[in-house]
Amino acid sequence: MVTTRTETGPLIDGATGKWEIVIGMEVHAQVLSKAKLFSGASAEFGADPNAHVSFIDAGMPGMLPVINRFCVEQAVRTGLGLKAQINNSSVFDRKNYFYPDLPSGYQISQYKQPVVGEGIVLVDLPGGKTIEVGIERLHLEQDAGKSLHDQHPDQSFVDLNRAGVALMEIVSRPDLRSAEEAAAYLKKLRAILRYLGTCDGNMEEGSMRADVNVSVRKPGGPLGTRCEIKNVNSMRFVAQAVDYEARRQVDIIEGGGTIKQETRLFDSKKGETRSMRSKEEAHDYRYFPDPDLLPLEFDDAFVARIKASLPELPDDKKDRFMKDYGLGSYDAGVLVAERESADFFEQVSRGRDAKLAANWVINELFGRLNKEGKAVGESPVSAAAMGSIVSLISDGTISGKIAKDVFEIVWTEGGDPAAIVEMRGMKQVTDMGAIEAAVDQVIAANPQKVEQAKAKPSMAGWFVGQVMAATGGKANPQAVSELVKKKLGI
Amino acid sequence: MSVDKETVRRVARLARIAVPEERLVPMAGELNRILAWVEQLNAVDTSKVEPMTSVVKVSLQMREDAVTDGSRAPEVVRNAPAGEDNYFAVPKVVE
Amino acid sequence: MSKLTDLTIAEARDGLKKKAFSAVELTEAHIQSVEKARALNAFVTETPALARAAAAESDKRIASGAMRPLEGIPMGIKDLFCTKDVLTTAGSHILDGFKPPYESTVTRNMFNDGAVMLGKLNMDEFAMGSSNETSYYGPVINPWRRKGSDTKLVPGGSSGGSSASVAARLVMGATGTDTGGSIRQPAAVTGIAGIKPTYGRCSRWGIVAFASSLDQAGPMARTVRDCAIMLKSMASHDPLDSTSVDLPVPDYEAAMTGNIKGLRVGIPKEYRIDGMPAEIEALWQKGIAWLKDAGAEIVDVSLPHTKHALPAYYIVAPAEASSNLARYDGVRFGLRVSGKDITSMYENTRAAGFGREVQRRILIGTYVLSAGYYDAYYIKAQKLRTLIARDFEEAYARCDVLLTPTAPGPAFGIGEKTDDPISMYLNDVFTVTVNLAGLPGLSVPAGLNSEGLPLGLQLIGKAFDESTLFRVGEVIEKAAGATPRPQSWWEV
Repeated sequence: MVTTRTETGPLIDGATGKWEIVIGMEVHAQVLSKAKLFSGASAEFGADPNAHVSFIDAGMPGMLPVINRFCVEQAVRTGLGLKAQINNSSVFDRKNYFYPDLPSGYQISQYKQPVVGEGIVLVDLPGGKTIEVGIERLHLEQDAGKSLHDQHPDQSFVDLNRAGVALMEIVSRPDLRSAEEAAAYLKKLRAILRYLGTCDGNMEEGSMRADVNVSVRKPGGPLGTRCEIKNVNSMRFVAQAVDYEARRQVDIIEGGGTIKQETRLFDSKKGETRSMRSKEEAHDYRYFPDPDLLPLEFDDAFVARIKASLPELPDDKKDRFMKDYGLGSYDAGVLVAERESADFFEQVSRGRDAKLAANWVINELFGRLNKEGKAVGESPVSAAAMGSIVSLISDGTISGKIAKDVFEIVWTEGGDPAAIVEMRGMKQVTDMGAIEAAVDQVIAANPQKVEQAKAKPSMAGWFVGQVMAATGGKANPQAVSELVKKKLGI
Repeated sequence: MSVDKETVRRVARLARIAVPEERLVPMAGELNRILAWVEQLNAVDTSKVEPMTSVVKVSLQMREDAVTDGSRAPEVVRNAPAGEDNYFAVPKVVE
Repeated sequence: MSKLTDLTIAEARDGLKKKAFSAVELTEAHIQSVEKARALNAFVTETPALARAAAAESDKRIASGAMRPLEGIPMGIKDLFCTKDVLTTAGSHILDGFKPPYESTVTRNMFNDGAVMLGKLNMDEFAMGSSNETSYYGPVINPWRRKGSDTKLVPGGSSGGSSASVAARLVMGATGTDTGGSIRQPAAVTGIAGIKPTYGRCSRWGIVAFASSLDQAGPMARTVRDCAIMLKSMASHDPLDSTSVDLPVPDYEAAMTGNIKGLRVGIPKEYRIDGMPAEIEALWQKGIAWLKDAGAEIVDVSLPHTKHALPAYYIVAPAEASSNLARYDGVRFGLRVSGKDITSMYENTRAAGFGREVQRRILIGTYVLSAGYYDAYYIKAQKLRTLIARDFEEAYARCDVLLTPTAPGPAFGIGEKTDDPISMYLNDVFTVTVNLAGLPGLSVPAGLNSEGLPLGLQLIGKAFDESTLFRVGEVIEKAAGATPRPQSWWEV
């Protein structure tokens, strides 16, 4: 596979000079659907052993696959979200190998003719740069069951609940160049899938898994031998695995060795990759078109219907936020990372100062949510309440500082912000006469400070602080500051 | 193309069938007779022909996304030679 | 009145309706037959209790005037069809003890139409064979013998238990499956009729898969009409089988008007193979004459790729089988032979559970699909299929059916061809083309040879034109005269 990335990315140091890391990812995303890809058993997670298993999933004699239309639609939907070519005709192939969690002895997958072709994902990196990551293809395939190896000294137990659940395998081109890029790509891909509703992207539960291909090369040199790190189930681990593996490979090459192409696992406890204890011979999957199925075919109208039903995707939403709300790239990017966040923000900013709303949503609300490990949907401060707070600031009813207190009260106790402000007398003092009186009072009581301030203007802040304390924090800090400076003559 | 003892060993491993050491060479002979016989297909010019992709000329039927099956773990495991609590049991697999 | 077991399905249907006898009587007569015929080894599992219960139910329905198309008719079911809670072995050791928790669509259709199951019939292991000699349960013996000889003969295969039981009047009809000729060839060498319908006509759901793109279920019975009656019940569109075709099932009997005037019958010249036995050529000529006499037009046609069909078949079928049989691994059903680890368990189970022929075909299949060989073998063979299908399409521009012999000879002796797989494979030379092209093929009993052994003629039709096959088949059947009952040597 050829990388489309031409410019040299970030480099790491080796003993012999700088090295470039080349990364590609194969992401397995479980399709959100009620039933499995080729059987009518439930695709839901977490049932009792073998409760979500039909005779087809169990590979019983004489059983045959019938494809779930919705899973096909989800794959097409995802392909459109990846701005990819949709193949109206594709073929299901059998991938043959033996493993207890693969009851038929083959996985129904797509080999030479996948349902989705080339596409692209734009990834914003922290720091402001945007990279283009090429998508090679997306195909549909069956997930395998699960084996438990630690329940018994010499037996493994097999649960086929997951066997046959629809997976989309999304293959990127080797366009990623660092652990940070790899994690950012995965995050963006997950956001796209969640926006589309085609996968919930839950890596902890295993509904999204990444196989990471890593190789190293001297900048401008030919691609090195790659190793595949299988089934990494968090973005953090992906980054760690990339860093470890790149370093491992650089050390080997600089030590005079060569990289053996192999499959590895990431040991998250040790933060290392290690070789999988695999069979001696390489896999020969003997792919051939599944004779129990016919070629998958749909017309342009099928694709058009799905296209018409697509939600606004992150890239378009970000552009719109920047254009319509005047937000900067970073803020817009943060808001659209999750559809729920973007929707929350738009509710807050409706009919209000968008930049102010963005500031509060990102810094106060998201900051607090992250700290307490809550998702937007679990926010104790609703979009309406947040909007209310923003309005109260905009119209001068409360200062920014008081707003933080109001936010805290709503978060911990609930309630309507306007009512809280009213009941607790938190309204900002804007009566200039009262403020002026307070300023005069502080100036009169501190003649030495007045002299010091005239020499060192930054001391005006002390006066502001005193006035704020004297007014119980309710004076408009801006007004106080201007008045203090005027009265001090600085 | 003909197969030798090592090829038979490799293919038998791929197919997960234990072929005893002393049967490898005779099996290679049996397979070679059949392969030599099917080699005659090479005489046919198929350069301008597509492989058959479906015997019936219909399109793939698709079904609705509804849970119509499952919830029958006891039936699923009933014929298993070994198992417990509705799991299948196999000799321990080391990954 | 002839014995109940000598009746055809059509005659039995009439008799039951007229209440000349009861379903229970009819079933009882056949159960007796089965019990006396164990020397034929046609059955793997006899189900007399189920049969008696079904027959009693049939009598109730007949009494209430709610007779279904196969009401009370005693049938044998090839052991490749999964029958709910009844041992299903596919003729193999590896399915020891397997009682499916589900019913195949074809047998469900038949039982919904009132058929009575007498038991599961012996067969070549996993349908791989043309003589029923590869079964774990031992060979089936053909009820027919050469004049003056007591040499045990094969009943053909893989549906050998089906053909033998029908010919010996143990059952009135039997289901078979046909992947390369496994209904037609056994029918021909036991003097009965059998049809492999168009691919997609009958559902494959619940039938143990051998080669998915070739397998097709079909009826085997003593007359062409009986096959038509059975097929009407067996066939259906099945949403559980993606290769099942959504076309209505015609009233096949109604199409059997006896009139074939002006019908164009194609004679493919490539079926005149090297070393063709004189009696087979003579039979073919007789068939041509019969059809001509009945008003058909005889047309010479060419199917140029005929000789490549067998080798193409012996690439495609083993390839698909090697994948279909991967599920027999000792984990979820059937035989398990222990091993030190999972790999050994698989290898030991499959080595012990599969017979020689099955192992050989799995290895061939695995090899031709393996890296480096896929294009040269599998793709090449699939391209041949396109050419073979095209041959038929072009021929059908000039004719409506094709007439050929069914098999290159009569039944041979047990053990006579087991040393050389290829000589065994050649038994399918006239039949495999039909599976590769997915077309329907009917074998019609066409008389006895000089040794007193049955021979059959094959009619090959256009896709989904089984009606024409039945119509023409009956003409041949009548012209040949009824095949006598084989003289019983096997009854105890």
